Amino acid sequence: MEPADATGVSPLAAAGPRRRFGDRVFSNLAVAAGVTILGLLGGVALFLLIESLPAVGASPAQLPGGKSLVDYIAPLAFGTVLAATIAVLIAVPLAVAVALFISHIAPRRVVLVLGFLVDLLAAIPSIVYGLWGIFVLGPAAVPVLEWLEQKLGFIVFFKGPASATGRTMLVASLVLAVMILPIVSAVCREVFSQTPRKLQEGALALGATRWEMIRMTVLPFGKSSIISGSMLGLGRALGETMAVTIILSVSGIVTFNLISQANPSTIAANIALDFPESSGLAVNTLIASGLVLFAITLVTNLAARAIISRQNIQ
Amino acid sequence: MQTSVDIPPLLAAPAGGSLWRRKLVNRVMTGLVVLAFVLALIPLFSLLYQVVSRGLPGLDWEFLTGTPRGVVGGGGAAHAIVGTVVITAVTSIISVPIGIMAAIYLTEYGGKGRLRRWLTFFVDVMTGIPSIVAGLFAFALFAIFLGPGIRLGLMGSVALSVLMIPIVIRSSEEVLKIVPNHLREASYALGTPKWRTIVKVVLPTAFAGLVTGVMIAVARIVGETAPLLVTTGIVDSINTNPFQGRMQNLAVYAYSEYRTPGVMKQASYDRAWAAALTLIAIVMILNLVARLVYRRYRTEIR
Repeated sequence: MEPADATGVSPLAAAGPRRRFGDRVFSNLAVAAGVTILGLLGGVALFLLIESLPAVGASPAQLPGGKSLVDYIAPLAFGTVLAATIAVLIAVPLAVAVALFISHIAPRRVVLVLGFLVDLLAAIPSIVYGLWGIFVLGPAAVPVLEWLEQKLGFIVFFKGPASATGRTMLVASLVLAVMILPIVSAVCREVFSQTPRKLQEGALALGATRWEMIRMTVLPFGKSSIISGSMLGLGRALGETMAVTIILSVSGIVTFNLISQANPSTIAANIALDFPESSGLAVNTLIASGLVLFAITLVTNLAARAIISRQNIQ
Repeated sequence: MQTSVDIPPLLAAPAGGSLWRRKLVNRVMTGLVVLAFVLALIPLFSLLYQVVSRGLPGLDWEFLTGTPRGVVGGGGAAHAIVGTVVITAVTSIISVPIGIMAAIYLTEYGGKGRLRRWLTFFVDVMTGIPSIVAGLFAFALFAIFLGPGIRLGLMGSVALSVLMIPIVIRSSEEVLKIVPNHLREASYALGTPKWRTIVKVVLPTAFAGLVTGVMIAVARIVGETAPLLVTTGIVDSINTNPFQGRMQNLAVYAYSEYRTPGVMKQASYDRAWAAALTLIAIVMILNLVARLVYRRYRTEIR
């Protein structure tokens, strides 16, 4: 009647529950679920790698467009990073303001409702954002694009000629910005509301206005959350597919011009557009580009998580 | 009297300028923050308004019960509604047990072990996998064994599981964590084995939270398009068997109606909007019911 292995078990657990047959089955099931998940993640990398190998070994003539794999993926990677970067630049200031508004400025009574509204933005399926972008936002943006071309045409981003349909990089990035805003603002809100009360009340007691209090306590306290939130948003924007697929009119070129009809595609949008009609090596090529996307988002997310965990330790 | 409070010079100096100026800055910045918030919500309201006003005309009996009629277009989305239900159900059957068991591992068995730390870390990584990559993974997995032309409802469900499992784990872990320890200890004190304690004490206490988490996870994947585009394909007829033949959910239906409209272009677009409206309605209802379930049935934990 000796207790089953008591090594490494906390005294309470060793004294309390007795390990029986059911216990072993159940704990093994739980461990199995955990291992399954690790296996799944490893499987994602492994199977993508296996299926993209044929494209790596193939000669350029066999690949779509007759270009080498690197030449095929590079413009797509450029478009992916460009769209996501602009989206983050637009979304982050707005997201920080939204987070501040909900955590420090809005009346207490409406905070729950406002939080729900912002979360709703995250719940809307990306296909709906795509339809909204091409049928509503795109046409509405045309006059703005023309104005940008006329007044700011000397900047490389707005060289034009302005698109007549609104299916441009700027509009696509704008939609991406709306889509990632809730994630960025959720991360910021979480940390902003944890700013020590002592600091905030101390600042107010010294006569600071509310904005000065925010600037001197909340923002410095939440600085790393703004950075990590932006990177999580960046990761999301890099991999977002449908909105870009529908909105962007692509031509495979590399350009910083954000308002014209000819735009670089993104990796994800290119897969969604070409995959259904592809076969043979073209499929392997697309999967290879997917692997590159996986690697880019992985690095971005790991960096974001590293920043978050360091901030938790402090 | 009140307005003439003296500002300590130390604070007044770095903050810059007179009290009047500082108050103005305060006003302006507050105004900007409020403006940014309003700006952020404009897309939400515009989108909801457009989806409802453009989607309602197409949302009729034919849309809900018919299937597409060849190249002419027309018909309805019954096949996509069936597809949505089947794909989502199979995804949940795969994801919910794995997700909840993994959460049980993390909160009840993991302790501070290495597997636990790895798992926590990789679940975070998993939440960042782009949906299209999850789709490619499922395709690669099945293509290796069944050939490159394969398209199945099950493949779509595997792809969506990659997206759903981490969401289920995160939410389940949260609610299992807040089950108070004294409940577990009371159960142990009565001589109950650990697994019976989990099944009879921990899970029932957390039940409302678990249901809420699962519903929100379902809402997250029910409108996915990209991973299904590369795994379940596009199809025009009703298919209820996830193990055979192509399948389509409402999101893919909306996309294909937009992408390859029939002869009557506008009618196709109307159906795309109707599908979008149906999707948003499903997502909203899931979110609202999830919140209500939590409010109504959660166990009061003191």
